[in-house]
Amino acid sequence: MTKLTKKDVLHVAELSNLKLTDSEIKKFLPQLTKIIEFVGTLSEVDTTNIEPTSQTTKLVNALREDVTTSSNSLNIDEYFKVKAILSKRT
Amino acid sequence: MNIPLTIKETQDGLKSKKFSAVELVDAYLAQIKKYNSEYNIFLTVTEELAYAKAKEIDRGDKTSHLAGVIVSYKDIFLTKGVRTTAGSKILESYIPPYSATSVSRIEAAGAIPIGKLNCDAFAHGSSGENSDFGVTKNPWNKEYVSGGSSSGSGAVLSANMSLISTGTDTCGSIRLPANYNYAVSLKPTYGAVSRYGVIAMASSLDTVGPLGRTVDDVETVFNVIKGVDGLDGTVTNSKFVTHNAKFRIGIPKEFLVGGIDKEIEKNIQDVINTLKSENVEFVDVSLPTTKYGISTYYIIQPAEVSSNLGRYDGIRYGNDRNSFGEEAKRRIMLGSYVLSAGYYDAFYEKAMKVRTKIISEVDEVFDKVDALIAPVAPTPAFKIGEKADDPLTMYLTDIYAATANLCGIPSIAIPSGFSKNELPLGFQLMAGRFNEDILFKLGKMYETKTNYKPKTAF
Repeated sequence: MTKLTKKDVLHVAELSNLKLTDSEIKKFLPQLTKIIEFVGTLSEVDTTNIEPTSQTTKLVNALREDVTTSSNSLNIDEYFKVKAILSKRT
Repeated sequence: MNIPLTIKETQDGLKSKKFSAVELVDAYLAQIKKYNSEYNIFLTVTEELAYAKAKEIDRGDKTSHLAGVIVSYKDIFLTKGVRTTAGSKILESYIPPYSATSVSRIEAAGAIPIGKLNCDAFAHGSSGENSDFGVTKNPWNKEYVSGGSSSGSGAVLSANMSLISTGTDTCGSIRLPANYNYAVSLKPTYGAVSRYGVIAMASSLDTVGPLGRTVDDVETVFNVIKGVDGLDGTVTNSKFVTHNAKFRIGIPKEFLVGGIDKEIEKNIQDVINTLKSENVEFVDVSLPTTKYGISTYYIIQPAEVSSNLGRYDGIRYGNDRNSFGEEAKRRIMLGSYVLSAGYYDAFYEKAMKVRTKIISEVDEVFDKVDALIAPVAPTPAFKIGEKADDPLTMYLTDIYAATANLCGIPSIAIPSGFSKNELPLGFQLMAGRFNEDILFKLGKMYETKTNYKPKTAF
């Protein structure tokens, strides 16, 4: 398995929109390395022909009726009203 | 007055006018004032709300299921008009415009809300030490952690500051604090209780459940909060099966080898012997892939965390992402890593497949047994600071919790004595999906046989 480098940590921090201090980078690098190594033991498990599980309910497309009720509509009095900013495309 | 320790004692006392609901609130608030600053259990105390509701109960109906019951919520449950922080500085001034379904249902059933409880920030942790508002100390011994992430939810019961509490369990966060505080708790089937209005951690694993001091009380609260609300698409009104036959419990051999504390091992054996004397049959079973459970969990959970915490962008909730604590940052980065190009297949996809394998092994075992017995944690409560510098060691605290969350099955944690250091011990029972009834029946059987009495630290 590839070893985690400082460059990886900076890349992942950027993907995560996190600004890390130097001391955080220094602290996180060995910690994350250890965790990644630990979870990497999953590579030992044979998962040939096994489907991934993303949820356990077996429900598919649990949707509500598309109707407007007082609980799912906004009360316009609680908002600021401003003039339209965008004009219709001509 | 002596504070009643169960729902029945509370309601009997109210009906016989031994005390009023207002006097109850007086007594709990006195307890909170005396001990809270030392143990750091409540983040917010809702004194006014409690008195208003108590007066309502004293004037009116005392027959609803939770009438007069003092409740407190993990601070990850939204409470309309009452600050909700998730234990994080990011939300330190967030006041929700609505309440979680479980909160509304508990209060509609007559409960009196007394406050919001400390927890690991965004429920990330096993000890309560990751709260941005400081650690919750264990009322049984203040040098020890009270368990996490629902640290306050466990401690509030052993400190006798609330009759029941709520928690969330993504990998042991309800069961562990109950275990470290001599309380009963239920991590329900995934899809049994709505999570509407509960701040999300890892959505394919998160569950909402009750903590109390007896199996009866936990069952009562579960019956109040379960079922479809139309606001959480994973919830179904599944038929909860009732069982009256002789029970058979599996002992997973992988759960009782290596690294387990001797006192816990002996305690579990005592529990097994107790239940055997009640005609419960025990059989050895094997769940070989569960030893990869915690690794699987520490890929799937951070992946989902990195997505759920994406919403704290500094626009909607005030403070920006620099306000995240260290543990949240670690988990977001781990999640981004296992989902990123080049690593997705080796980590995230792989973990989802191992999850399938664990589920099918567990399903197969439930064809042969009604329940599984296991420790809640490898050791009794540990000292504050003991694992704080090593996240991986902390993560391994949840090694016995992961199976129930990965499989979406229910698990109950029940107190079963004290260690030689006078710290609470307990065990967990797991059952198949929507088989909570088996857990309640076995739990009550154990309580009756051992003549169990609720205990508080002070």
